[in-house]
Amino acid sequence: MIIYQLQQLTLKNEQNLSIFNVVGEKSMIDLIYLVPLLPLIGFFIVGLFGKKLKSESLVGGIASAAVGGAFVVAVSIFVSLLGHGPEERSHVVRLFTWMQAGTFSIDISYQVDQLSILYTLIITGIRTLIHIYSIGYMHGDKGFPRFFAYLNLFIFMMLNLVLASNFLLTFLGWEGVGLCSYLLIGFWHDRKFEGSNIVWTGDAAKKAFIVNRIGDFGVLVAMFLIYSNFHTLDYASVNSQAAAGFPIGSGLITAITLLLFLGCTGKSAQIPLGIWLPDAMAGPTPVSALIHAATMVTAGIFLIARNATMFALSPTTMAVVTGIGITTALTAALVGLVQNDIKKVLAYSTVSQLGFMFVALGVGAFTAGVFHVMTHAFFKALLFLGSGSVIHGMHEEQDIQRMGGLKKYMPTTYKTFLIGTIAIAGIFPFAGFFSKDEILWNAFSQGSPILWGVGVLAAFCTAFYMFRLLHLTFHGKERFDHHHVHPHESPISMTFPLMVLAVLSVLGGFLGIPYALSFGGSIPNILEHWLEPIFAPAMEILHRPEVHEVHAIEYVLMAASLGIAIIGIMLAGKFYKTESDKPQELATRFSGMYKVLWNKWFIDEIYQGLFVNTFYTLSNGFLWKIFDVKIVDGIVNGSARVVAESGELLRKIQSGIAQNYALMMMVGIVMILVWLGMGS
Amino acid sequence: MGMLLVTLFLPLIGFLATLFIDKEESKGIKYTALGVSLMTFFASLFLYFGFDHTNSGYQFVLNQVWIPTFDAGFRIGADGMSLLMILLTTFITPIAILCSFGSIQKREKEYYAWMLMLQFGMLGVFVAMDTFLFYVFWELILIPMYFLIGIWGGKDRIYAAVKFFLYTLVGSLLMLIAIVWLGIYAQGMAGGHFTADLLKLREIAPTIPFETQKWLFLAFALSFCIKVPLFPFHTWLPDAHVQAPTAGSVILAGVLLKMGTYGLIRFNLELFPQSMFEYATPIAWLAVIGIIYGALVAMVQTDVKKLVAYSSVSHLGFVVLGICSMTPEGIQGAIIQMVNHGLSTGMLFLCVGVLYERRHTREISEFGGITKVMPKFAVLFTIAMLASVGLPMLNGFVGEYLTLLGAFISPFLNNPWLSIISATGVIFAAVYLLWMFQRVMFGTNDNPKNHGLKDLTTSEYWQLVPIAILIVWLGVYPKTFMVISEQSTQALVGKLEKIKFGKTNYPLIEKKEQALK
Repeated sequence: MIIYQLQQLTLKNEQNLSIFNVVGEKSMIDLIYLVPLLPLIGFFIVGLFGKKLKSESLVGGIASAAVGGAFVVAVSIFVSLLGHGPEERSHVVRLFTWMQAGTFSIDISYQVDQLSILYTLIITGIRTLIHIYSIGYMHGDKGFPRFFAYLNLFIFMMLNLVLASNFLLTFLGWEGVGLCSYLLIGFWHDRKFEGSNIVWTGDAAKKAFIVNRIGDFGVLVAMFLIYSNFHTLDYASVNSQAAAGFPIGSGLITAITLLLFLGCTGKSAQIPLGIWLPDAMAGPTPVSALIHAATMVTAGIFLIARNATMFALSPTTMAVVTGIGITTALTAALVGLVQNDIKKVLAYSTVSQLGFMFVALGVGAFTAGVFHVMTHAFFKALLFLGSGSVIHGMHEEQDIQRMGGLKKYMPTTYKTFLIGTIAIAGIFPFAGFFSKDEILWNAFSQGSPILWGVGVLAAFCTAFYMFRLLHLTFHGKERFDHHHVHPHESPISMTFPLMVLAVLSVLGGFLGIPYALSFGGSIPNILEHWLEPIFAPAMEILHRPEVHEVHAIEYVLMAASLGIAIIGIMLAGKFYKTESDKPQELATRFSGMYKVLWNKWFIDEIYQGLFVNTFYTLSNGFLWKIFDVKIVDGIVNGSARVVAESGELLRKIQSGIAQNYALMMMVGIVMILVWLGMGS
Repeated sequence: MGMLLVTLFLPLIGFLATLFIDKEESKGIKYTALGVSLMTFFASLFLYFGFDHTNSGYQFVLNQVWIPTFDAGFRIGADGMSLLMILLTTFITPIAILCSFGSIQKREKEYYAWMLMLQFGMLGVFVAMDTFLFYVFWELILIPMYFLIGIWGGKDRIYAAVKFFLYTLVGSLLMLIAIVWLGIYAQGMAGGHFTADLLKLREIAPTIPFETQKWLFLAFALSFCIKVPLFPFHTWLPDAHVQAPTAGSVILAGVLLKMGTYGLIRFNLELFPQSMFEYATPIAWLAVIGIIYGALVAMVQTDVKKLVAYSSVSHLGFVVLGICSMTPEGIQGAIIQMVNHGLSTGMLFLCVGVLYERRHTREISEFGGITKVMPKFAVLFTIAMLASVGLPMLNGFVGEYLTLLGAFISPFLNNPWLSIISATGVIFAAVYLLWMFQRVMFGTNDNPKNHGLKDLTTSEYWQLVPIAILIVWLGVYPKTFMVISEQSTQALVGKLEKIKFGKTNYPLIEKKEQALK
């Protein structure tokens, strides 16, 4: 134990040293600015000249090359980090001063370390695949260049978010991805989209932006609190100051972390701000895959992981994070059971999976949370792109009640979709198994059996609704109109990314093999090892030294969760693989519950009534039409009338020539002044 | 020195020149006005390059006694804040003139003459170092603005013009009394004489006993707060904006409103620090109410122009809040926010003007799906809208963030709630702007009157693009502009902190002052 702490201490010192050492040292790492810069250049080229380029493949090629280039640079930086010792992998690369006033100064500077490079690799890697996919998916769309411009802008913003070395630059990316999400959800702005109080895709876009802004408000205030207490917004400094100067449970740290978490609930679609994500499906499907499943929504996880030390200092916040996470995981999974829009099912599953990640963070299993971000990015991107392939092949049909039997029409899509479905259901040895199991085990060992139980219940629902989706889409009777719909497999540019992602969904989990399955430590947990220095200070606060012992119960729980997932799969098979009256029967028997779930817990309606309508009525009915028009203007007009009537008398001397007014005014002023000056 | 004089008087010369052109010579008048305003802009660039950033005092000073009886002088000069306002004025005016080319059809000669007169007045306000001179310019602006609204305005132009005139006049009369009182007080001092010299008054005014000082403070403050406009003195603004021609709105939002906030810093902060300490909190609360109130009322407007007008009430609230914080962050934020608001709201008004030109209506419900027929316009309108929403990387964010931060950490206000409540304004800004944008630009273009709308003309395009470039520039690298006023702001805050707390956090400046002595 003592040795461990000593290790941590030296580690911390070395980390500090390495931050200072890097200044002046020219290396691959200094090229980090290229990673966000290349997509930005791509954005400008495609955005400004996209229409003139005319050729789709040229536009798509430039955009993809920009992102692919960023990926290559990121990989090289990753390799060069590998060359450093584990404690020397944190570097800050400063570019220029962004804002400065008085003693406040903020740089555009990037922090390259294990966490940010991991996120960078996921973002640019998956992004490159989605770019290739989009070339096929968006083929023939009028807004083709615009689409790629937005995507590149998004990558730029997202990279700023994760690479930033201070809160404000992260906030820039944070708001920036919100903007791109807005632009992309409303991409087909002349299309209708069904939703609560939503008619157009633009309504959904607006909703996403505004709901996110509520979360951003939290981040904004958190940054004010941080700056006024720590006099800096640099992550490294803030977290080390917090660890050094504040006791566990400090009110200030709790306030800061709760406010940050409010931002996370917005960006990562948790209760109470999760309502925007299902409606965000109004955007083109590659967007849903990229922004609303694989990358942007995991920004909340990133923010907490980045500030793990501060969060670890506040047991209250950690409890709130866990509570919100598990509640979201379950409620969203329940809604997922009854939805019929293929993308909405996936959207609710995303919300639910994000809930799992927050549970992991909340119980202090930061690595497990980030691990799930990664595996989820693989299989959720796969599922979304697969659904896009289905929608593409079905001529924009999204209702799974009007699909069925597509297996024989689109075999590649089916196979890859199946892999994704198994992975998200958490079946060994697919990627989802490892990450979800690690979360559930931590929920049990660091949280409570109840937490584990609810988690498993949500996992059961996940397995059930995902296989329901699979069966309704690919198996059973063909329920579509054969005269109008001719399902077909997608082009290779779309299926190739599916295949790559399918491979990752199978193998991705082996990066984080739990100790219990490592044959006594003979297989290393690569990811945990990699991220260890990042979370070491937080682990120290939580008193969590590395455990290298296995409890029998861990195997029991693992088997139990696996078994329950399999039951979910079998049940879904029984209900949906062949025609069955069971679902209808259940829906009728529990019609009340069904209605609640079908309407997504009525949250949209409640918010509409509580906030939107209230503010509108108040502003329109009172503030404007009464206060402004009646009260203030009443007083003004009233006094003006008095003046005007007395002015009638003076009207005679008014000539109506503008210059005379000016002259008279000047003369008047001078006379008054002379009189006053002389008189006293 | 010479350049400041040139910058100031070029518009006046232009004004006289247009008077000599035959009123049938429409083209000649237009291009004379545009040419003069562009020359003024280039002249002001010399100021920018000649300005010494490390100097916190007035530069390009010219001091000419004008009316010796009461020591009123033609005293002009510019410190960092003035220079930024001058640049904003000289940048916005040519654009405003250019955007009138198509839309102003009647009495063109008078129109362009008044525009140049207006510019002369605005520049005068920002360079005056003499209370009397300041007042003359301040009042001078009323006249052209009154006619711009009253002659070339919309349906209810007379009501709007009179309302604008009266509102401002009430305030400025009180200010006049305060100016005279100040002079008399200077005369009453040992060996003193009546003076309107701002530099002298800066030494004298803070020594006035609080009981008297507070009335002077309030007189100035009321005048400026009406101009800003601070809640609840804002009701002239929506009317003036809606009735004014596009160029009028652009100038009004772009520059005129800033005269109020400029005055608050130049007079209320610099002359009456004691009273400012006393009244900063109530004024800040009015600003906070204005931020929320303006946003909420903007949300329910059905007229695009009125919506933008109310958004100004909200945005200017941030500026006033930053000023009241009396921190370098807050004041620097306020100054840059003045510039930002001038650009982004000016651009929004130009965009509304583009729509109005084509449809002769500003009712939101008349539009929808405009993006489809006007794609170029859509891009630029989006940028203006997002700048106004306060999106990072665009200019609005820098100002809003710094003012809020300043208010949060201010030792004078000592109340973070002011800032926290104001921060909800960022949510409401997104609500009203995005909602408006959604209804105007997105959806299907199903109103037959909107089917054949032409995209931006070359002229319109080049009115908007320079602003868009600056909007991005200020968002990414605001230092170019913020460094101009950094020193004068720090000096001001240093002075305020020394009076209030006996010491200052800005010892650098103290040292420099000592070195100078």
